[in-house]
Amino acid sequence: MKTRDLTELAFRNLREAILRNSLTTLGVAVGVASLVAMLSLGVGLQTLASQRLNKSGLFDAVFVTSKRAMRGVNGERERPRPATDKSAKADDAKPLDETARLDLLKLPNVTEVYPQVRFLTEVRYNGESHSTNVLGLPDSARNNGTFDGITGKAFSSPTAEEAILQSEFAKELSPEPASLVGKEVILRYAQRHESSNTDVAKEEDIDKQMDDMMSGGISIVSRDKKLRIAGIIDTDPSAGIGGFGGGRVFIPLRVAEDLHAAQPNDVQEFVRAGGSAKPTYMALTVRVKSPKDVLKVEEAVKKMGFGTFSLLDATRSLRLVFTVFDLFLGLFGSLALTVASLGIINTLVMAILERRREIGVLKALGATDRDVRSLFFAEAGAMGLLGGIAGVTLGWLIGAALTWGTSIYLRRQDLPGVKISYVPWWLATGAIAFAVVVSLLAGLYPASRAARLNPVEALRYE
Amino acid sequence: MPIHPIPGELPVPNQPLIQAQNVSRRYRLGETLISAVNDISLEICAGEFVALLGSSGSGKSTFLNLLAGLDRPTSGAIHVRGRNLAAIDSLELARYRRDTVGMVFQSFNLLPRMTLEENVELPLRLAEVDRSEREGRVTAALDHVRLGARRRHRPSELSGGEQQRGALARALVNRPTVLFADEPTGNLDSVNGEQIMLLLQEIQTTLGMTIIMVTHERPLAERFATRIAVLSDGRLKTDTAQDTQRLNSGPDSSGAGLQPGPSSGAQQ
Repeated sequence: MKTRDLTELAFRNLREAILRNSLTTLGVAVGVASLVAMLSLGVGLQTLASQRLNKSGLFDAVFVTSKRAMRGVNGERERPRPATDKSAKADDAKPLDETARLDLLKLPNVTEVYPQVRFLTEVRYNGESHSTNVLGLPDSARNNGTFDGITGKAFSSPTAEEAILQSEFAKELSPEPASLVGKEVILRYAQRHESSNTDVAKEEDIDKQMDDMMSGGISIVSRDKKLRIAGIIDTDPSAGIGGFGGGRVFIPLRVAEDLHAAQPNDVQEFVRAGGSAKPTYMALTVRVKSPKDVLKVEEAVKKMGFGTFSLLDATRSLRLVFTVFDLFLGLFGSLALTVASLGIINTLVMAILERRREIGVLKALGATDRDVRSLFFAEAGAMGLLGGIAGVTLGWLIGAALTWGTSIYLRRQDLPGVKISYVPWWLATGAIAFAVVVSLLAGLYPASRAARLNPVEALRYE
Repeated sequence: MPIHPIPGELPVPNQPLIQAQNVSRRYRLGETLISAVNDISLEICAGEFVALLGSSGSGKSTFLNLLAGLDRPTSGAIHVRGRNLAAIDSLELARYRRDTVGMVFQSFNLLPRMTLEENVELPLRLAEVDRSEREGRVTAALDHVRLGARRRHRPSELSGGEQQRGALARALVNRPTVLFADEPTGNLDSVNGEQIMLLLQEIQTTLGMTIIMVTHERPLAERFATRIAVLSDGRLKTDTAQDTQRLNSGPDSSGAGLQPGPSSGAQQ
């Protein structure tokens, strides 16, 4: 029999025993729905977790320090070493300056290299002055979800003279924080001013260097900067490693760098640079395309002669946890589908009993064993397909309902809503394919039993 | 495209079409071994109308099923135009039923969930006949049994006589070489039974189709069959040709679309 005739007959047969077949199909749908809902929850939570972690900048970043300033995140200070020690070379190690920054940016899979720019400021608004910290945010912050749930807008460009306020700070400025969006504030900050007298830096005597610095190596001048408030955010985008955090006013990193604001480490750096006013960075953050690139980039950076730090192991164990989690959710979901497949077997076996005579007639008219088997197979497959489609829809709805319910709960707790369920296309198509395969497997026994029926006995059946 | 199981030209009238040689069919029922058909040899020529006559349990239906390829003999051979039905595999046997055989049953056996025309179309689906051709052949078959107006009715909406005529249309639609009828009038009143018998006779005379019918009504057999084989206890008792008086003898143009032939089904 041709496929088209087979399909027509299969759907016709399904339509005829509509109630029973609908219930069986519904069983498959519920099985698939539970599978999809479970896995969408797993995928959703994983996506949520990785998004949050990416936002923290922990897992797709390599933190680069100069070997000269062997200061890790734990603030361990470089021990003074005798001049004979090999490590004394550290003093000759490459400086982490603008050239190094450009070199790092040229490495494959590196998307961004940026320093931490954080400084103290006085924010003037409405005639009042508020003291706080300003933090420069890299351009990547615009794409990685840092600004989710923002009131207003993210920075319009990497060089926009705009500020985003942390909501607590916004409340300090105005009782109605939302009204601040679009208004202007004045930032008063200390600008580091480099003097031209750099020759003194070559002097060996540290005391002399200190004197020079005091006398004009660098000087600090008070400046004002007018910024437009682009938005207000609830969360703290800067929480994370590398001394981030504590910022309450956020401005684009490039704007922050151009301000040449005096930073807490300036004095220290000046000393370390041997009195040179040429700025070096204490640390740079190298952002990579994806967490899996971290290791390679880290190796490359080490070869360049810098110290590195990353949290790669943490992502690995996180992924392991989620794989196990997904596996368990999938197992529970599959259990429901197994029950549903028993339903298919039951329905088809019953159908054979009921349609024994029909099978006999078909065989008498010349249907081959294969025709009969294919017909029952097609009916099982059709139930699987319809059940799969309905199940994915149902599962998606369950996931959406869970997300909706959770969001309501979170909002009541004054927390931002999250998307905890997520049905990617591979899950949708995979679940439908899985339902069809399971249904065909369930149809295997009934179909071969129907095909083996002796036509004479089948025709005698009343 | 399926291969026609029986190669060759249109069966030549009066030439042997089916040759059963020492055919037996035994089966076990609990402890006892039942010989439903016991060593029957019979030769049937093309164009004959053979009545297998006998009381119930005589083995006539079992023998018919063996000839129709629904069952296989325990021993013996059944040659249909050179092929031994006892030796071919189940796929070839199914092809034989599909392309060479038409079946009519006592209990009509129309599929209750399909309309009449869908029932009649079923053998064409199985034979993978082109869709474009099906409609015309279904219409011709239904017109032949005078049921053209009832094609969209379900079997439950038809009378017994109409159902059996519908079953006859289904048996004829694929242009079989042999038509097997198992007690075709058994569930019908005398008027409807007569109609069916007249139709069978017409098919035999005008289309030259070979008909093998099982019945337990001797008068019916004597009136319509060209040959009567009497079975008793699974054995062939008598085999007599008879000179029936034909009620209808001129050619019937309405049967043009139903010419039997080896090139039935998908070979068209």
